[in-house]
Amino acid sequence: MDIVYAIWLRSIKRYLRSKSRIVGSLGMPLFFMLVLGFGLNSIVRVPGMEGDYISFLIPGVVAMSVLFTSVFSGIQIIWDKQFGFLKETLVAPVSRLEIMLGQTLGGATTAVIQGLILMVFALFIGLEPTGVTGFVIAVLFMALIGVFFTAFGIAIASRMEDMHGFQLIMNFVIFPIFGLSGALFPIDSLPAWLRPLTLADPLTYGVEGIRYGLTGAAQVSPVICLAVLAGCAVLMTAVGAYLFRKISV
Amino acid sequence: MPAIDVHDLTKSFDGFVAVDGISFTIESGEIFGLLGPNGAGKTTTIAMLATMQRPTSGAATVNGHDIVTDEDGVRRSIGIVFQDQSLDEELTAYENMDFHGRLYRIGGEVRRQRIGELLALVRLEDRKDDLVKTYSGGMRRRLEIARGLLHEPTVLFLDEPTLGLDPQTRNHLWEYIERLNAEKGITIILTTHYMEEADRLCDRVAIIDRGSIVAEGTPAGLKASIGGDVITIASPDPDAVAGLLTAPWVSGVERRDGQVTIRLENAEEHVPGIVTAIHQRSIGITSLAVRKPTLEDVFLHYTGRTIREEEASGREAMRMFHRAGRR
Ligand SMILES: Nc1ncnc2c1ncn2[C@@H]1O[C@H](COP(=O)(O)OP(=O)(O)OP(=O)(O)O)[C@@H](O)[C@H]1O
Ligand SMILES: [Mg+2]
Repeated sequence: MDIVYAIWLRSIKRYLRSKSRIVGSLGMPLFFMLVLGFGLNSIVRVPGMEGDYISFLIPGVVAMSVLFTSVFSGIQIIWDKQFGFLKETLVAPVSRLEIMLGQTLGGATTAVIQGLILMVFALFIGLEPTGVTGFVIAVLFMALIGVFFTAFGIAIASRMEDMHGFQLIMNFVIFPIFGLSGALFPIDSLPAWLRPLTLADPLTYGVEGIRYGLTGAAQVSPVICLAVLAGCAVLMTAVGAYLFRKISV
Repeated sequence: MPAIDVHDLTKSFDGFVAVDGISFTIESGEIFGLLGPNGAGKTTTIAMLATMQRPTSGAATVNGHDIVTDEDGVRRSIGIVFQDQSLDEELTAYENMDFHGRLYRIGGEVRRQRIGELLALVRLEDRKDDLVKTYSGGMRRRLEIARGLLHEPTVLFLDEPTLGLDPQTRNHLWEYIERLNAEKGITIILTTHYMEEADRLCDRVAIIDRGSIVAEGTPAGLKASIGGDVITIASPDPDAVAGLLTAPWVSGVERRDGQVTIRLENAEEHVPGIVTAIHQRSIGITSLAVRKPTLEDVFLHYTGRTIREEEASGREAMRMFHRAGRR
């Protein structure tokens, strides 16, 4: 546990020190929230939902910010590899599993912080707090998204030599995952043939979970969301740990 | 029990043999040097001994722990300073040390105390709360050495500890290394391609070239093994000079860049004779020097090349450039 903590602590310190990264990665989610939110608010009605489009969109954008931050945190292992720091951790008498778990929890924590910062902004443009329980539920789902996608980032980083493949992963994996998740539109409104893809996307359950927490309504039952996403997070952590075991410097 | 015992250790990468069946033993308390040109296989050897790479074949123990079957035992008892930097630049010196201490499960109070002592030893205590990215190359190197000592290893690996440092910093580091060895009895294995470094620091040296050990012994013993003294003569016609040196007391002649290097016993006695012989044939002499052999001559003797020729390939320059770019 000490080792996991040591590595977690390092991630947090690095995150809190990189002000430009914190501000920089707020850019796109805020842009989505403002442009799509205000732009479409008056013309879009979400079927079956009480509120307006902007309160539908906010949970999706929070999930997006958690998604990007955590994938990025996981992939950062490549930098540790390139800057040589990974050797320092790998030559120590600690198990790779401990290193990987520390990194995953660190990434998930920073992703949740990033999501929370975004939620604070959202308060000014229409997010209405539903109470402590709802907030806790939302944070729980954010943490699970964080764990899943940091582990996913680590899994990819363990197989990549340098950052060249990063753009490829963003465009062909992360954006589709985001697009299909129902962060921007209700999944019920998709054509039937796309539905299976949506339901196979782990982020869908995260988005719906956060949406349930923040607005009290969701299109997938929160219990199912929790079960599926938690299962996926555990599975991805196992895959990440397996691939990380084989990393070499 | 020897500190390190290596038997026929081999590492190949896709058929290319980087380390080719080397064997050596290091007694505890020794400073042992692996001396060789770029690409000789020094780092690969260290990487295998430190469990960072698996040997293709052969065996080795470090402090009695097998490097393949008891990785954790090896890791617990060694400290290592890698050839390329391995610090977290976004953390301070203290935080880098603290992280290391936690990784090696050193409890809070002891950890704080040792970090303080070691940072003082490498004279970084005033800068301990500055981010490492603001450090110079020499400061980083000193910090890495301090970090490698934090968990009190009994064997310390130093891979090119002074590469790219200025002579003054290099001298300081040499003093630290000698003190560590003398005061704490730490066994040190270092790699270098600086002859003076091996000569000054090491109790014993193995000369490694293209993956094989070509000679091994104390620096003095190695120099004695190639016989007596060295005379170097620079001349407009080095071939003619070399052609003259056929007397039985000449134990070796090498020619490079307008220079003839002669190895022989009791050089002082033979200088007049050599000079006279060259004059009689009316060959010019630009300069003549008599000296004791250096490890450079030993390397030349065993490999037929100088270590400088190896470096002239520019690979070192490339590497330094690469390292600088990564900072
Ligand atoms: N991972 C690798 N894959 C392929 N070849 C490698 C690998 N690591 C090292 N080599 C090759 O093995 C040889 C020995 O490399 P090594 O780094 O051990 O040399 P070295 O003696 O440390 O040299 P230097 O003085 O430049 O540090 C080199 O030819 C190098 O190209
Ligand atoms: Mg090397």
